[in-house]
Amino acid sequence: MEVFFEWFRVLYDETGINLPFLYDSYDRNRMVDGFFMTVKLSIVCLFFSVVIGVVGAWLQNSPLKWTRRIVNVYIQLFRNTPPLVQLYFFYFAISSLMPTVDNGFGGQQPMLGGFAWAAISLSFFAGAYNVEIFRAGIEAVPNSTIEAAEALGFSRLTTYVYITLPLAFRVALPSLNNNLVNLVKTTTLAYAIAVPEMLYEANQIWSDNVNVTEMMIFLLLIYFALVGVLVWGMNSWERKLKIPGFGN
Amino acid sequence: MAWTDKEPMVSIRDVHKSFGALEVLKGVSLDVMKGEVICIIGPSGSGKSTLIRCVNALNDIQSGSIKVEGQEVNDPHLNKLELRKKVGMVFQQYNLFPHKNALENIMMAPLLVLKDNKVEVEKLARSLIKKVRLEGKEESYPGELSGGQQQRVAIARSLAMNPDVMLFDEVTAALDPETVNEVLLTIKELAQDGMTCILVTHEMGFAKEVADHIYFTDRGVIVEHGPPTEFFEQAKDPRTIEFLGQIL
Repeated sequence: MEVFFEWFRVLYDETGINLPFLYDSYDRNRMVDGFFMTVKLSIVCLFFSVVIGVVGAWLQNSPLKWTRRIVNVYIQLFRNTPPLVQLYFFYFAISSLMPTVDNGFGGQQPMLGGFAWAAISLSFFAGAYNVEIFRAGIEAVPNSTIEAAEALGFSRLTTYVYITLPLAFRVALPSLNNNLVNLVKTTTLAYAIAVPEMLYEANQIWSDNVNVTEMMIFLLLIYFALVGVLVWGMNSWERKLKIPGFGN
Repeated sequence: MAWTDKEPMVSIRDVHKSFGALEVLKGVSLDVMKGEVICIIGPSGSGKSTLIRCVNALNDIQSGSIKVEGQEVNDPHLNKLELRKKVGMVFQQYNLFPHKNALENIMMAPLLVLKDNKVEVEKLARSLIKKVRLEGKEESYPGELSGGQQQRVAIARSLAMNPDVMLFDEVTAALDPETVNEVLLTIKELAQDGMTCILVTHEMGFAKEVADHIYFTDRGVIVEHGPPTEFFEQAKDPRTIEFLGQIL
């Protein structure tokens, strides 16, 4: 492994192509940490945005007028504002309104740090789209199928969980796929509130090494690979969920 | 007072039902005794399907009374689950759950609604598959089955809830002619086993053969009714005669 890393030092010496995150262990650790921070942030946001989508779509069909209205206001608010503005809003506005806690050194610090706010903000952002995506899926489930469940004595919740959702999910998966890809890419915004994710760490490295070109190329490729893995996973999931004789 | 099987199992009294300004049932009354098979026939738009949909509360009614084993259906505090345990329903479009195979379709309601033991339910489902002559199709998804096969799974699915009365809503109307018979045969066997059945049908030959009593509806009222031989041979009302003339 060391030989492999050292080769890049030689590469730099010989050609001027500077990839310190490979040959320099300090930069390498930063890059690896950044990568895993991006992965962690992505997974947390993917999970919560899907949960928000499922619950939101359920509430959108609520018989209560105000529940439906609140869900719609949420969707409009998060769809019609830039995600960076949302992130700043949570991190600077909401955070400053919340109580602070003792930091263990006698000082005060905000209750939630940058990572938590990025996770919350981006989950709500992608969640708003997911609600609409799931709603489209739910609307594609024939009413007659729901009625059959009703006639068999299924409760509203049982019908939603066992009939509507599994069918809606299959319809929604291609759009969900799209939105989740967008979400992973949008995690780079966490850079703006100093969450040490991949873009942030790359910035640190290029500031120290003045190798902007190399870092930019690397970032492009690594995100391409990362999102590629997600797309591959989603596609194979889509195939796995495919029901013989259903759809197409 | 508890219901006994000396009284009608389903008792419909002066039922009025409107969809908005359109009144589709204008005072319908009929009784079905335990073990009886009745057929409701009539031109499309005469309210036949609406009537049986009202029996298991898929549609509400504006006035009148529908009693199933003494339980009033036209009641805002109706326990729908209790009603639907007693009343099975089979639809024109089968309405199977497309993401579940034949066996799972049958097992779902006993598992999720009655919360029965899984081993027992599977045993029951397999015996029902046998009853509707679909052995070997347990693992097939609805999309892989013919219309007639799907409809027989739908019948088995309803029977799995062990209902006291079965509603059949034009169950052969969407089928290819060659698969109609296999479904009719299943229903006939069911009737011979003593199941109380209310059928809405266009199959006059079948109605003549299995029905204990035939009701002819037109424009929201029962025009004429009687035992099959009497009904088909000595119809009195001109509307009945005209209808039978067009069909037979």
